Amino acid sequence: MKLSELAVGATAVVRSFPKTGGAFVRLREMGLLAGTPVKLIRAAPLGDPLEIKLRGYHLTLRKSEAEHVLVEVDPISPG
Amino acid sequence: MTPAAPHVIRSHARPGPGSARSPVYALVGNPNCGKSTLFNALTGLKQKVGNYPGVTVEKKVGTTYSQHGQPMVVIDLPGAYSLAARSPDEAVTRDVLLGRRVDTAQPDRILCIVDATNLERNLYLVHQILDLGRPVILVLNMMDLAAEAGINVRVARLEHELGIPVIACEAVNGKGIIDLKLAMSRADLPLSRHAWDIPAPIAPAVADLQASLIAHDGKSPLIARAEALLLLTDQDTVRVAGSTPLHARTHEALRGWQQRWEAEGMDWAGTLVNSRYEAIGLIAAEVTVRAGETGPTLSDKIDAIATHRISGWLILAAVMTLLFLSIFTLAELPMNFIDGRVAALSDWVKAMLPDGDLRDLITDGAIAGVGGVIIFLPQILILFFFIGLLESTGYMARAAFIMDRLMSRVGLNGKSFIPLLSSYACAIPGIMATRTIEDQKDRLVTILVAPLMSCSARLPVYLLMIAALVPGDRVPLFTKVGIMLLMYALGTCGAFGFAWLFKRTLLKGAPPLMIMELPPYRLPAVRDVFFHMLERAWLFIRRAGTIILGISIILWFLSAYPKAPPGATPQQQMAQSLAGRAGHVLEPVIKPLGFDWQIGIGLISSFAAREVFVSTMGVVFNAENSDENTAPLRQALLAAKWPDGRALFTPLVCFTLMIFYVFAMQCISTVAVVRRETNSWKWPLFQIAYMTGTAWIVSLLVYQAGRALGY
Repeated sequence: MKLSELAVGATAVVRSFPKTGGAFVRLREMGLLAGTPVKLIRAAPLGDPLEIKLRGYHLTLRKSEAEHVLVEVDPISPG
Repeated sequence: MTPAAPHVIRSHARPGPGSARSPVYALVGNPNCGKSTLFNALTGLKQKVGNYPGVTVEKKVGTTYSQHGQPMVVIDLPGAYSLAARSPDEAVTRDVLLGRRVDTAQPDRILCIVDATNLERNLYLVHQILDLGRPVILVLNMMDLAAEAGINVRVARLEHELGIPVIACEAVNGKGIIDLKLAMSRADLPLSRHAWDIPAPIAPAVADLQASLIAHDGKSPLIARAEALLLLTDQDTVRVAGSTPLHARTHEALRGWQQRWEAEGMDWAGTLVNSRYEAIGLIAAEVTVRAGETGPTLSDKIDAIATHRISGWLILAAVMTLLFLSIFTLAELPMNFIDGRVAALSDWVKAMLPDGDLRDLITDGAIAGVGGVIIFLPQILILFFFIGLLESTGYMARAAFIMDRLMSRVGLNGKSFIPLLSSYACAIPGIMATRTIEDQKDRLVTILVAPLMSCSARLPVYLLMIAALVPGDRVPLFTKVGIMLLMYALGTCGAFGFAWLFKRTLLKGAPPLMIMELPPYRLPAVRDVFFHMLERAWLFIRRAGTIILGISIILWFLSAYPKAPPGATPQQQMAQSLAGRAGHVLEPVIKPLGFDWQIGIGLISSFAAREVFVSTMGVVFNAENSDENTAPLRQALLAAKWPDGRALFTPLVCFTLMIFYVFAMQCISTVAVVRRETNSWKWPLFQIAYMTGTAWIVSLLVYQAGRALGY
């Protein structure tokens, strides 16, 4: 499923996202990689952007980017 | 002193023992890791702030002293998440570290500061820096916060893994600074032993680019390798002035590899980033011990309220209200004080010097002009203080997070919100705060529209016009407030409208990203915030000072020459001066707006600063002790007539004049700051043209429509 479709508070593991595009290279450099566990913390009051937690820190990204990040909901949430 | 691992290779990094020159350190780290706090702790007030030539990125250089009292230079490089730069700030950091900049020599040694609570992501930048082959000292900051979060970082283990000195530190309270200075004082520093295997499919490309960089760009082997890796990570898209360009052959080699990989469907950048994170993951697992999963932190709890659907808005509104209340209340006393001092200085000069042009030049030109700007300094200082406080506590990022959706409607992102909001008090701190916006086009759009937000210098004009507009002393308060709100709303709509327009036409660009870290809330480092405030204010005075002084003198000259015959009143002098004549010349242009040549003089003179309009009107209409609240000026305005006997300041004219001031760019300080921040005269001139053009057109429409409706 898409990261943008994740329920608030749910944890998932990143599967894949586009190779190119400045946004995606930067997301990788910020530590969002295939296999990285992420948690959707919340959406901003107006629904966009989203706040996620990964590698122990909080990051925002817009839904337009999150739509391209495919994740898999992990049955055993690593938090 | 922290000992290095025993089996470390000793490098005799320049300058070694006996070298005459003291070593130059670069201080590097992610944003929000406490880098400026460390820089302040190391260098104290021994700092120099300037710009990298050609770019609007701040260059901060300070001096600290070694164990033996030798000075050591520290360059505080802009915060960066990666050397594969995505913003001008990061590009400068990259270029300095790679020795690409013509104005800044490559630093001898590097201080890498990392946030111990967030080791993995922070180590990514460190990992890239270790490639550079320079001696590195790693500073593990925020050890106290890490301990609180249940993270134990084994310093000795990390030192062993990387083979470089690692200093545990709490920069906020100065812990670890002495250890750090001792490490910095060492004549020899080890080079990292950390070996990192470049992924096999990419290795030939790295070797190829490295060879080209050595052969054609004259790089040393290690730097060439590091640069090759960066070129393959993010294609070197962000380039800034003052950086030496790459040779065409190197570009060709890069394009060749990219095309080949694209055809094969290979994700080369991803592979590189992955392999770095893999290496980092191994180190992090080795050196960090987590005390199990802790519950929500205090920061999480605050955020649940501060970014909540409903309370988030309330808190944002409360913070902003507090900000404006304090600007207007706290600034009042010092503003009155400055006003008094400037007047006293002017009187003193008048008493000391004989009557004449020189005296008038000094008092009415230089002192009045500069005084008119300095009077806003308290507001500017308070605003800088608040912006610093919002940044230091982490709330700034939350405000951007909340406002992003609204800002995206006009094509900007949440980071433009605080600069625009600050511009309600004064556009200068607002424009200087746009440096946090990474995208150059978005930053420029924000700078261009910021002066449309009604600043406090417009207040005196609004107040005077409202007083003239609604005659009688028993004016219902809500009418005044209503008109005032209308002006603020008009300016705000104008700012957003033009932002939308510019993003679609002049400064077309991709919709800005909102990939932003939300750092944990922290107690503000008040000392740093204070430093930051003084530094900003000083920059403003230094950068804008000469331009403001120059234009003030020109405007004085315009109103003082040619001289009226002796014994003429100030009113007569004004009427026959160049400014008065310019008013006459201007009259045909402004007559369709309902303005005569006398108002024209006010428009010209208030080009320096909007509030000058009030005092000019006082001179032109010969009202003593003029000030926006005094009855004499209001009476004088109401008595003013056109030559044919019609009243000049009809309610419609007053209203139109206010609208003119909403849009017109009447502030030399802003012009000077925009000139500095955009590094060219093109943008401030464009800004004057579009704003004044809009002011004229909107005023024309309002006046003519009003006339047609019978007002």
